[in-house]
Amino acid sequence: MSEQVKASGSRKQSFSEFMEKHRAGDFFQKYTMTIALVLVTIVFATWKGKEGLILLPANITGLIAENGYVFVLATGMLLCILTGGNIDLSVGSVVCFTAAVGCTMMAGGANMWVTALVMLLIGLAIGAFQGFWIAKVRVPAFIATLAGMYAFRGFTNVLLNGLRVDITNEGFLQVFGNGKTSFIPDVMRDLFPGLNETFTKDNAFLTGLIGENFVTKFNVTCMCIGILAAIVFVALRVHKILSQKKLGISQSIPGQLVSMVLITVLVLWICFKFSCYRGFPMVLIWIGLVLGIYAYITTKTAIGRHLYAVGGNEKATALSGVKTRNVYWFAYANIGLLAGLAGILTAARAKGIDPVYGEGYEMDAIASCFIGGASAYGGTGKVSGMIIGAVLMGVINKGMVIVGVDANFQKVVKGIVLLVAVMFDVLSKRQKR
Amino acid sequence: MAKILLEMKNITKTFPGVKALDNVNLQVEEGEIHALVGENGAGKSTLMNVLSGIYPYGTYEGDIIYDGKVCRFSNIKDSEKLGIVIIHQELALVPEMTIGENMYLGNECGHKFAINWNKTYSEADKYLKMVGLAESSKVQVKTIGTGKQQLVEIAKALAKKAKLLILDEPTSSLNEEDSRALLDLMLSFKKQGMTMIIITHKLNEVSYVADKITVIRDGSTIETIDNHGTEPVSEERIIKGMVGREMTNRFPKREGVAIGGTEMEISHWTVHHPLYPERKVVDDVSMYVRKGEVVGIYGLMGAGRTELAMSIFGQSYGVNFSGELKLNGKPVKMKRSEADAIRHKIAYVTEDRKGNGLVLSQSIKVNTSLANLGAISSHSVIDGDREYAVAEEYRDKLKIKTPSVEQLVGNLSGGNQQKVLLAKWMFAEPDVLLLDEPTRGIDVGAKYEIYCIINDLAAAGKCVVLISSELPEVLGMSDRIYIMNEGKMVGEMKASEATQENIMALILRSGRGA
Repeated sequence: MSEQVKASGSRKQSFSEFMEKHRAGDFFQKYTMTIALVLVTIVFATWKGKEGLILLPANITGLIAENGYVFVLATGMLLCILTGGNIDLSVGSVVCFTAAVGCTMMAGGANMWVTALVMLLIGLAIGAFQGFWIAKVRVPAFIATLAGMYAFRGFTNVLLNGLRVDITNEGFLQVFGNGKTSFIPDVMRDLFPGLNETFTKDNAFLTGLIGENFVTKFNVTCMCIGILAAIVFVALRVHKILSQKKLGISQSIPGQLVSMVLITVLVLWICFKFSCYRGFPMVLIWIGLVLGIYAYITTKTAIGRHLYAVGGNEKATALSGVKTRNVYWFAYANIGLLAGLAGILTAARAKGIDPVYGEGYEMDAIASCFIGGASAYGGTGKVSGMIIGAVLMGVINKGMVIVGVDANFQKVVKGIVLLVAVMFDVLSKRQKR
Repeated sequence: MAKILLEMKNITKTFPGVKALDNVNLQVEEGEIHALVGENGAGKSTLMNVLSGIYPYGTYEGDIIYDGKVCRFSNIKDSEKLGIVIIHQELALVPEMTIGENMYLGNECGHKFAINWNKTYSEADKYLKMVGLAESSKVQVKTIGTGKQQLVEIAKALAKKAKLLILDEPTSSLNEEDSRALLDLMLSFKKQGMTMIIITHKLNEVSYVADKITVIRDGSTIETIDNHGTEPVSEERIIKGMVGREMTNRFPKREGVAIGGTEMEISHWTVHHPLYPERKVVDDVSMYVRKGEVVGIYGLMGAGRTELAMSIFGQSYGVNFSGELKLNGKPVKMKRSEADAIRHKIAYVTEDRKGNGLVLSQSIKVNTSLANLGAISSHSVIDGDREYAVAEEYRDKLKIKTPSVEQLVGNLSGGNQQKVLLAKWMFAEPDVLLLDEPTRGIDVGAKYEIYCIINDLAAAGKCVVLISSELPEVLGMSDRIYIMNEGKMVGEMKASEATQENIMALILRSGRGA
């Protein structure tokens, strides 16, 4: 008996040693928001009477499409926040202004690509203009962009005479929008007509796999894109782990493998859901491009490094020979450019522009960054974290609509989520010191 | 014998890893002016912080007996209630507020819910008159000069009904005339029965005002000298007490290093204060450094050493520069840019590693490469593997103790942080390294390792300028020593000729002569 007790005691100890060794505490701290996202999703997916609704293909596609602007703007906002907790309040107005210019141009018959380019350039110019005041004249970012928020809302009203302008350019809607047409068509079925005969309700295996409702319309191209993306992702991860091993960087390899497998499964699952609905939404290509490019910029390039360094310690960075003012300028010019892109996506989604569009967009972007673990004092924060933050907000929004939470009450929930998220962040950092 | 107003008995105060005060005793008689002298870091300010309750009872050992009673202050308010008021070296006035508001800040007069402004300003004016200030108390503090601001500080102390006034280097930011006026004011207070403790580096002031002088060195009281004799106490006598410590073998030997030609030379280098452009912070300084040489710059705090180094490093401090900088014999017109200085192979290793040196929220790796990202990236894309290899190389070379170069710098000890800072600047591959207090606040073992690194740098033919306020360090490490005081270069000596006494004497005399 006593031996048994001893044995279980030592097993307990070895368990705590295991936790210690694999830095389980660090793990939870690192993935707090991911865990929160999973829990929130489970809550909505098991809501009584609404079981599984949020996981329906149409709702998953809708979640991405509706929040396209959030991902794009939050990416730009993250760069500004990195420089020291600076935010850009003007993005909502800039989105609306660029969209207004674009819609007016297309109403006058302009080419869709020229229009898109002009919209991006206007966004960039506005960002650079605001960045000039912030970086060179040292107007506090909050004030400079607050001024921009008023001014560009005003310009939009002047330009639109307070009226809505519709987009009739079908090409623009198809490439940037998310209506019925804005999905990557199922070219695989066109290329291999045999597929149409394979994907029928008679094929017991595929019906079992995909489900009776979806099997005839299943988008094979989309699933192929997903599988390809998963393969590329696994290859990159394996390469990273191998090169880390070669350099002797001590990283928990099991942990990395687990996260790799989880992300791969998630990508395949989401693409499967898309395939069951209409296929791969066009807007996701733009979001993916932006997220990919900026994940690269923030982790691999010198300017990305400078963003973190300035936010971490501006004086030390300046004394290291970095022109810190230019770093601020870059961050604000960049968010202008991305606001231009968000303007394109917003106009295409709404098939036009109304002078009130874009209100509150800046707050969604800011909230996503902070929920995603960016420090309110700058210097820390990742694109990946920001994605989790944005998705969490999206799931909560969508979930509340599905389970029928009162629209007025939804904002209260959003506010509470933001407060709790940042509170977790602050507390976990305090324990460290 | 007069009544003893204050007695501090066997005060011992330890900070993590350091014994700042070790059995210190201090006796102050009622109505005297008592001077506390000692080198930077000897423990004078710590002792006064213990006395005024900034370090509350329980964080130190020993007794404070004031006016015959044992006191246990838990904060500064407690000591002020008994009339012990400290005036800090750094002026603690809010520039945007009026003199009167400043004087009663935190001590507002009137009811709980309403300040009585009439009373505030009339009382304030009364105290201003006592310190001989003609200004109205309704004037904003930022509009009056530093000399007058110091008088406002004293008036503020009087308003707190001070019986024992502690002045921490009250004249350090004042000119000769204002200093003299302040000292005379102290003498007139003494006649009215006020007791005062003055901390100062200026020994001429000590012999002018002090009745007794207590010397503190390395956290211990060395002696208390009476200044009542017919002859004032000689400065040599005080200096001997201040620096009379044994030199032990704390510095690694640098052998067989051939000193080459002149690498960097500055002449008539003058820099003005960025906020008060009329003030010269570095005044007509000329110096040179040769290849493979370690040159020490010694001076007390505020001597202009850091300002000199930073102004050489791409004019990162000050305004209205004049003078000439030569590198390898050729005059260089450097832009006002740190990047330009790095291009000219000059590195400045800051004295404030947390504030100005390191990005604490980032890893060792990121900090190591920060000043020379170009070397590990192509087309501004960073090569992660090379960066890692570089960080590993310097981690080995400088013996940085860490499980991984991915460790955040904020989690390292002071000594290891200092090594990361050195690694960063060594990776920038400079020819001239300006090391500003490279061993500040780190333990003895880490200090020795830093000294070894300095020797290796010199052996590799680099020029090292070692700025320090620790005399033994300057003496132990340098080939040649420059001595600065009040922005001026007041002397240059070979290390073999320099002693603590003659360097201190040079500084103290130059201060008086100016």
